[in-house]
Formats: sequence, structure tokens, C-alpha cells
Amino acid sequence: MLKKSKIIGIALAVLAAPALVAAQTLRFGLAEDPDILDPTLARTFVGRIVFAALCDKLVDIDEKLNIVPQLATSYEWSADHKALTLKLRQGVTFHDGEKFDAAAVKFNIERHKNMAGSNRKGELAPVSSVDVIDPSTVRLNLSAPFAPLLAQLADRAGMMVSPKAAQAAGDKFGTNPVCSGPFKFVERVAQDRIVVERYPNYWNKGEIHLDKIIYLPIVDSTVRLANLKSGQLDFIERVAPSDIPALKTDSRFKISRITEIGYQGITINVGKSDIAQKTSIGKDPRVREAFELALDREGIVQVAMDGEADIGNQWVAPSNPFYAKNVPIPKRDVAKAKALLKEAGVPNPTISLMTPTTSDVQKIAQVVQSMVKEAGFDVKIQSTEFATSLNMADKGDFEAYVLAWSGRADPDGNIFSFAACKQPLNYSGFCKPEVDELLNKSRTTLDPAERKKIFEQIATILIAKERPDIYLFHRHWLWAYTSKLSGLHTIPDGLVRVQGLTLK
Amino acid sequence: MFNYLLQRLATIVPTLFFVSVLIFGLQQLLPGDPAMILAGEERDPTVIAYLHQKLHLDEPLPVRYLYWVGGVFRGDLGESQRIQKPVLDLIVEKLPVTIELAMLAILIALTIGITAGVISAVARDTVWDYAANVFALWGLSTPNFWLGIMLILLFSVTLGWLPASGYVSPFEDLKGNLAGMIMPAFVLGNATAAVLMRHTRSAMLQVLGTDYVRTARAKGLDERVVILKHALRNALTPVITLGALEFGTLLSGAVLTEQVFTIPGFGKLIVDAVFNRDYAVVQGVVLFTATAYITLNLLADLAYFIVNPRLRDRQEAVA
Repeated sequence: MLKKSKIIGIALAVLAAPALVAAQTLRFGLAEDPDILDPTLARTFVGRIVFAALCDKLVDIDEKLNIVPQLATSYEWSADHKALTLKLRQGVTFHDGEKFDAAAVKFNIERHKNMAGSNRKGELAPVSSVDVIDPSTVRLNLSAPFAPLLAQLADRAGMMVSPKAAQAAGDKFGTNPVCSGPFKFVERVAQDRIVVERYPNYWNKGEIHLDKIIYLPIVDSTVRLANLKSGQLDFIERVAPSDIPALKTDSRFKISRITEIGYQGITINVGKSDIAQKTSIGKDPRVREAFELALDREGIVQVAMDGEADIGNQWVAPSNPFYAKNVPIPKRDVAKAKALLKEAGVPNPTISLMTPTTSDVQKIAQVVQSMVKEAGFDVKIQSTEFATSLNMADKGDFEAYVLAWSGRADPDGNIFSFAACKQPLNYSGFCKPEVDELLNKSRTTLDPAERKKIFEQIATILIAKERPDIYLFHRHWLWAYTSKLSGLHTIPDGLVRVQGLTLK
Repeated sequence: MFNYLLQRLATIVPTLFFVSVLIFGLQQLLPGDPAMILAGEERDPTVIAYLHQKLHLDEPLPVRYLYWVGGVFRGDLGESQRIQKPVLDLIVEKLPVTIELAMLAILIALTIGITAGVISAVARDTVWDYAANVFALWGLSTPNFWLGIMLILLFSVTLGWLPASGYVSPFEDLKGNLAGMIMPAFVLGNATAAVLMRHTRSAMLQVLGTDYVRTARAKGLDERVVILKHALRNALTPVITLGALEFGTLLSGAVLTEQVFTIPGFGKLIVDAVFNRDYAVVQGVVLFTATAYITLNLLADLAYFIVNPRLRDRQEAVA
């Protein structure tokens, strides 16, 4: 009898133990395996999700894309807009105990600018030097005014790593990153897990309620969801839109969404290679206008995205403050599209549409194909493995290309490299001096109202006339998580901020 | 026996050389500039130029081959460009996972395959035979990823008995490890079992029709002894070869199964590396598995000697 009660006692103790010491561990399902965890060298979107826990930035963005303080408490532009002075937060330490100060900022900006293989060089190109004014004040001197700078500092270019650790580890720093974010790096097993644990000396520790986060890359969205449903994961990102209706009716889970800052669109080769002059869609803007008029964006979003996207016609979503309202989304008009094709002398143009092989993009291409057919277009879908398609796009070996961009907080990050002459992401090969001039002006103009006017002028040329890129829609970032989790702030960049997250 | 072993070892050297050339050459045939995809979303031209220089991409192919092979001889398989980890470390990290999965799978495959094969041969043209054949056909024709997802939905989502995916080290949590491995091992073993069953069946049928089996039966031996000792032992030779080859295949990574169950083994490593054009990883892992495959093949040949005395005698006569 005694034995029995003893057993029950032990059983109860075992059952109760996890509840008593319930360390809050969040198991987070990622859609891909991140690349190197060094803010200077990192190149992938998914890596930025992990950085949100590991590495604080000088500034951050909020739900409405406003710049908000993080490691810098305030900033001030000089009168000529060629210097940005940042006041730094005091009492901040890196995970190795080193102090964060102006010298650390100088070190980091210079590391971003000078390290071999740095992906931040371009983002910080206008920064010519960094002055340490006092331990909590730093000034970035620019070769020319650069409006997107603050948005760059709200991303990897503004991430601060421990100078001591970075100097010691060299280019291997990413295998054991040391930053000043709310969580510190514990371990990484490639393609399996990245574990981070709470940094007890975080400057804003009142906002941190989790003890540990385990990031688990699970590529297949069905399997990711199955893991959430069976309780192996607490949180998943990039839920497939088709899984949302079933999740909505399940009280064990919650769903959050926000419209992305990126876009999905079709790039047309208008000058990247000789092919542009050989296709009617490449050489004649009227054919491109007809193509756009033949599209029913609402229909594409319903069929290909299960309604989980906002339709759009520009590099930023209609809800973005920099959206050019003077060029609204055109309504579908097949009759006008046919008339334009007739006018251009090509009633039945044939177009080869290069499409990466992922199923969602294939679906988009198929819907587009059937829609434009009604206006007379004969679209041939050319499915191409992603890396190969990028190379073909870079060489101009394509006619039209379905391509997505993950987006940047400042509109410049969504348009400059795509539309200015000879820029790396300008696959369309579009090049007009007047657009270059406007794009450069949008970079040197700091006043948002002034900038908006410039973007309106750019839209008049790019969206209403030339159409080297036909924008389709802006996807929703979709997150699903256990109903025990609360405090999620949805930020349009799709990166999950760990501040405020609580597991019951 | 020793001469035979030497002979076989001598053929391995040129084989490995050709394999290394093939791995390197085929990789270069992949379309797309690796620096382009490795440079990430921004595709900064300075980063692309840097990667070209770092990976010797602008040098002629033979020179690049020598860079790689030179490294291999020094025990340096290069490093992953994506996560900057030495390829050898990645192999050491993934190998136990892949070996465990392959061993569990081959265990399941052999158990099911040989048993079903023997039953269907012995009970030829009965309902048992048909049932085993239907099973084999099912195993061969069911796509791995589909079966995997169905198992996850049944055992993890609906019943909640097993974890849906992921891997725990057996040294950390043996029960958790087996719980996570049983579904992927079954999915893999299931397909292999079908192949083994077909081979066991045909080999058994052949052996059961031979004179010595008739003699054994005529001697009045117990049927169980006839089947298991006289017939099965002889029929197993081709099945062992096949089993070893299948094991080699499993070692090179079960791409789809690992993807579905998120098992961090060779299959996932190679596929991700191919899509990310992480050449050093692809080359290193393929070279490693090719070597393992060749070695297994050799071991299978040696196993014949042990199982089949006739081979041993013939070799000794020649020697």
C-alpha cells in the first residue's frame, strides 16, 4: 500500500515538475535554413528572422514603417543632410560582456564597409567616414545626402556585433555570433536547429519573457503545419495560404498576418539583351500595356493566393505612404487590350514566361497565362530551376520573368536597383536618364513629402508608360502559433520581433 | 582470398579517380553561376567578384579540379560557402544520422523483404503469395513523400503518438530518437523491402527447383531445415549483394524522406547544397558517399565467400 502511494507520489511529482519550472521555450518553425549568422556577410531573408533575436540594430521599424529607436535613442541630420548624428543608448553590453559605445558603432560600420565579401557595402556606400564624438555619440559622414540610410540602419547594416569577438573570430564570426540582442547564441546544427537563450543583461529585459528559442528549419509547409498541430512547434512562419481556412476554425491556434513590404511581379526584358528587340512585348510599350490590361489582379490573388495578398501595381503596396496615388491600379479591360495589340500590329503576340519551379509561382504563371489569352496573348510557361533562372535573367536570356522581392523598409530598396541603369537587380534592362535622375533625387531628398512627389513622377514613367516591371500583388505574411502565445507584433518586413512574446 | 582482396583493392584506385572527375565535371555542368546565387538577394557585383576570386571560378576547369583534389589529399574537403563550416565537419555531423536511418531502414527492409519473399516462394500460387506480391507492388509504387505525409498525418497529427519530424540524438534521448526515426525508417525500408522480396522470391523459387533440394527432401529432412538451411542460404547470395547496394544507396541520403521528416542527414545536405550551388559541399559529400558505396560493394563481395563455399573453393583453385 505504501509502495502504491509512493509511486503515485512520484508520478505526481514528475507530472508537476515541468509545470513548476516551466522555462518558456519557443519552438519556431522556419521555412528555410538560414545562411551564415554574421550580419556583415548574411544574405538570406530567413537569416534576418534569427537576427531579430540575436542582434539589436541602431534603429528599428514599427508596424507603420516608422523609424523607432533601438540601440540609438535619437538621431539628427546635419543642415546639409550630409551627416547623421546618433545618440546611443547607455548601459548596453554585448553577449560577451563588452560595452556597446560609439567606438563599437564605428568598428561595426567600418566592418560592414570593408570586410571581404561584405553584403553591406552597397547599403552603406554613401557613408564616407564615422566620427566618435563621445562614448555615446557617433556621427556618420556621407558623401551625399542619402534618404534610405536610416532604413538601412534598421536592418543588417545597423546590426552591431561585439568588436572583440569579431576581431578574434574573423570570417568565422558567423559560426558563433556575439551581438547585443535579447537572446544569445547557444548552438547551431546545420539544417536542423539554431538555439538561442535569453541574455540576462539585455537593456530592455522587461520586454523579454521567453527563456529560450529553438529555430527549426522545416522546408515543406505541410510538414511545418503538421508539427504545429502535433505540438512539436509553437510557432510557424510563412503558412501556406490554402491552410488558413482550416487553422481559423481550430481554437488551439492563432493566426496573424500583415501585408509584406515586398511584391510579386513580372519583369519584362525591355533592354537587357538583343532578345528585347526581337519580341513585341520587349520593344513596344503598347503590348506591355495590353498585357497589364488583360490581367485581373483580384482574380490572380483569389486563385493563386487564396485571397492572402493585397493587389498592387507599384513597387510599394497601396497602403504604403510612398504609394503614388496618381497612378492607381487599372481595371481589367480586355477590349482595350485587344485594341492596343491591333494598334501595335501584333494581335497575337507569343511570350515565353520564365517561372521558377516553386508551386505557388507556377500557379501565378498559369492564371496569368489563361487571363491574357483572352486578349490574344499566347504565353508559354518556361519552368526553370531558381538558380538557373537567376542566371538567365542576369544574362538577359528571357522574355518575361515571374519574380518576387522580399522588400525593404525604404521604397528605395524596392526600386533603385531594379530600375536605375546597369544596377545588379535591373533584369529588365530598363535604362532612361530621366528616371535615373529622379531616382537619384529621391535618394538625396530627405523630406518625405518631397520624396513622395518624386516617386509620383517616377511612377508616371515606369508604371503608366514604360512598364518594364508589371507588379501584381503584395503577399500577406502569415504566421500561425499556439493560442498559448501572446504579444506578437506584426511588422511588414516579415521578421518576428521577440520583444513582448509570452508563452502561457 | 588475399590475392582476391588485393585485386579488388587495385581496381578501387582508378574507380575513385574517375568518380572524382565525374563529380567535379557534372557539377560544372549545372547551369548558373554559383557566385550569383551565393551572393544572396542583393547580388552586389563586388560580392560576386569576391566569390569568383575566392572560389577560383575564373580559372580553367583543370586548375580548379587540382585545387579541389589537392585539398582532398590533404584531408581538406573545402568549406560550405553558405554557412562557412568545413565540409568535413558537416559530413561528421550528418553521417551518424544517415547511418542510423539507413541501418534502421535496411533492418526493416530485410526483415519484411526476406520473410515475405520466402513465404511467397514456399507458398507459391496461394493466397499468401498473392498477398506478398500485392504488398511488394504497393511498396514499389507508393511515392515516399506521399507515404511520409500520410504517416505524419495519422500518427502525429491525428493520433499524436509520434513526433511529426525532426531528429534527436540517441545519446541525448534514445526513446525520442527512435520515436522520430521509426516513420522515416519505415518509409525507406518499405520501398527497399519490396525490391528485396521480389529477389528473394525468384532466387528461392530457382533454388527450390534444384536437385539438391529434392535430394534433401528425399532424405526425409524436416521441411523447415530444407527451406531455411539448404535453400535460403543459397538463395541469399544475390539478395545480400542487392541489400548492400541498397544500403549504399540509403547512405547517400534519402532525399525526399529526409526532406519530409526534416531529418538532417546527407540527403538534405546534398539537395540544399545543389540548390544553393554550394559546390564544395556537393563534391565533398558525393565523394564521400561514392567511397562508402565502393567499400560496401567490396564488403558484399567478401561476404559471398563466407556465405557461399563454392566461390571460395573456385578462387582457391585458381590461386
